[in-house]
Amino acid sequence: MARTTTSAPPLAWSTRLDKFQRRIAPYLFISPFFILFAIFGLFPIVFSMYLSFQAWNPIQGLGTMRYIGLENYIWLMDDPWFWRSITNTLWIAFAAGVPQHLVAIPLAFALSRGIQRFRHPLTAAYFLPYITSAVAISLVFQTIFGTQFGALNHALAHLATAPWSAWLFGGLAENLPVNWLGRAPYIKPAISILVWWQFFGFNVVLYAAGLATIPKDYYEAAQIDGASGFQSFMNITLPLLRPMIFFAVTLTIIGNLQLFDQPFILTGGDGGTSQAGMTVAMYLYRTGFEWLEMGTAAAISWLLFVLIGTLTVIHFYFFGRSGLETRD
Amino acid sequence: MRLRASTSGRGGTDARTGRNPVLSIVLYVVLIALALLTLFPFYWMFVLATHSQGTIFSAPPPMWFGEFLERNYTALLGRLPFLRNIWNSFYIALMATVATMFFASLAGFAFAMYEFRFKRVLFGVLIGSLMIPPLLGIIPYYLIIQYLGWLNTPRALWVPAMASAFGIFLMRQYIASSMPRDLLDAGRIDGASEFRIYWNIAVPIIRPGLATLGMLTFIGQWNNFLGPLVVLNQRESYTIPVALRTLQGQIQTDWGAVLTGTALAVLPLLIIFVLASRQVIEGLVAGSVKG
Repeated sequence: MARTTTSAPPLAWSTRLDKFQRRIAPYLFISPFFILFAIFGLFPIVFSMYLSFQAWNPIQGLGTMRYIGLENYIWLMDDPWFWRSITNTLWIAFAAGVPQHLVAIPLAFALSRGIQRFRHPLTAAYFLPYITSAVAISLVFQTIFGTQFGALNHALAHLATAPWSAWLFGGLAENLPVNWLGRAPYIKPAISILVWWQFFGFNVVLYAAGLATIPKDYYEAAQIDGASGFQSFMNITLPLLRPMIFFAVTLTIIGNLQLFDQPFILTGGDGGTSQAGMTVAMYLYRTGFEWLEMGTAAAISWLLFVLIGTLTVIHFYFFGRSGLETRD
Repeated sequence: MRLRASTSGRGGTDARTGRNPVLSIVLYVVLIALALLTLFPFYWMFVLATHSQGTIFSAPPPMWFGEFLERNYTALLGRLPFLRNIWNSFYIALMATVATMFFASLAGFAFAMYEFRFKRVLFGVLIGSLMIPPLLGIIPYYLIIQYLGWLNTPRALWVPAMASAFGIFLMRQYIASSMPRDLLDAGRIDGASEFRIYWNIAVPIIRPGLATLGMLTFIGQWNNFLGPLVVLNQRESYTIPVALRTLQGQIQTDWGAVLTGTALAVLPLLIIFVLASRQVIEGLVAGSVKG
């Protein structure tokens, strides 16, 4: 390198320019992301940490910010609405999350091993709710959950009285019509039904992708040994699908703990009767933008972050190792 | 794939699954019933959009299309500047999509094709940023937008959306697997600048991947609710989801109008999905599985 520069004539201006643009090109190409991330990604996190130690109402301007130490956090620890929003969130995350996987795994298995035709149209049908506006479908579900004229109560009433199903569903009759969105005990189940409906198809697709990596030979060998479809499912599919189950459950945990759109719309924005449908994300929004307690809202966002982190770590601790070791 | 199908697809009992036809029919019935159950809310939304308040709230609820669509649409326009709201949604989604396609593919190109100092660290930061829950920064996000004087403007939403780590990651994977590095040198020998190599060589190759990223970005922005809810507070600046939410708050909610609005909100997505469901599904799964 040194020899070329001494023996050769000085590089032409255009060559030097060319070398320069080659050297900085990669940095230039990735810089838009890092600039925007610094402003809209990194700074907000740091600032929300700072804000969580302040008392501040934004209407009164930046100058009125007051340092109060841990007071926001201490106050939240004694706040019954905060704890209610935590238990609501965990309730819904569990009730909507677990059945998603219990349905999606066998469904993906049936789609990829049980049938030959219409795989794609069926998968697309299950997946469709995932890509539609949560607000739009929550509004549709509000009519489905209607007490007097909703489709769900109508269907349940039909099941409870029709001769072919009354023996099974007859017991429902005395509870109908259910006031799904008006009475506290039914709000969380209603939200969970909607969330389940919107996301199970996404998991079906994830599991189908996981199943596609399992070699067909395994099933053929099992079949030669006389294994039934159910046995293949239990002894081949489930164990080999573990890494994907682990991953899909992680996504569910992180997503369900941040639930906002669906409970917000279904409960009309206020959490419903005795805040039975108020999630942490909703409480955070209301604290910050309705009650204008920005410091407290920032503290809620950090506590939510800690909750998500804790549950993810617990999940990793109990299922991570077993989930990952089958990958190799 | 094709070979397997031809060796096993024929005959009474299915050689591959070892199932008999009866079981297979039962399976189809169950799978199709579940699909219909999944699609029912969409169907019902379109049905109710064509009914008046009176017939929506009647027992049994309507299950077939009515003739009230036009009046519902008029009522919707009477309560909201809905055409304006549709335009806002469209404009924000389009700007975010175009900008993301450009910046994400450019950065993805750099991460896939070049070796440079701090590459691993920077890529690690990028992947790490995907793990931050969006809610954590929501309060400062509002304050930044307010500070910039961008409240009630579309750029409050599409400018931050341009920093799509997901998009860069998707593009990096796509470029790494579809573009040979030799092309980089070939371009250099021809005297092309690095940007010209990206624009004239890489972009034509990655067009299918770009299309997928474009659709995913558009869908995501079109459906976004919390962001617009926080930074848009004038009727004229609302996007569709925020506009629909205000209808709900009214004392006498006109459900015919609301569902006409939701149908309009869902329709573009349905069209994208019907045209390119494979691409959308594969893109979303690839992004989350490898991420």
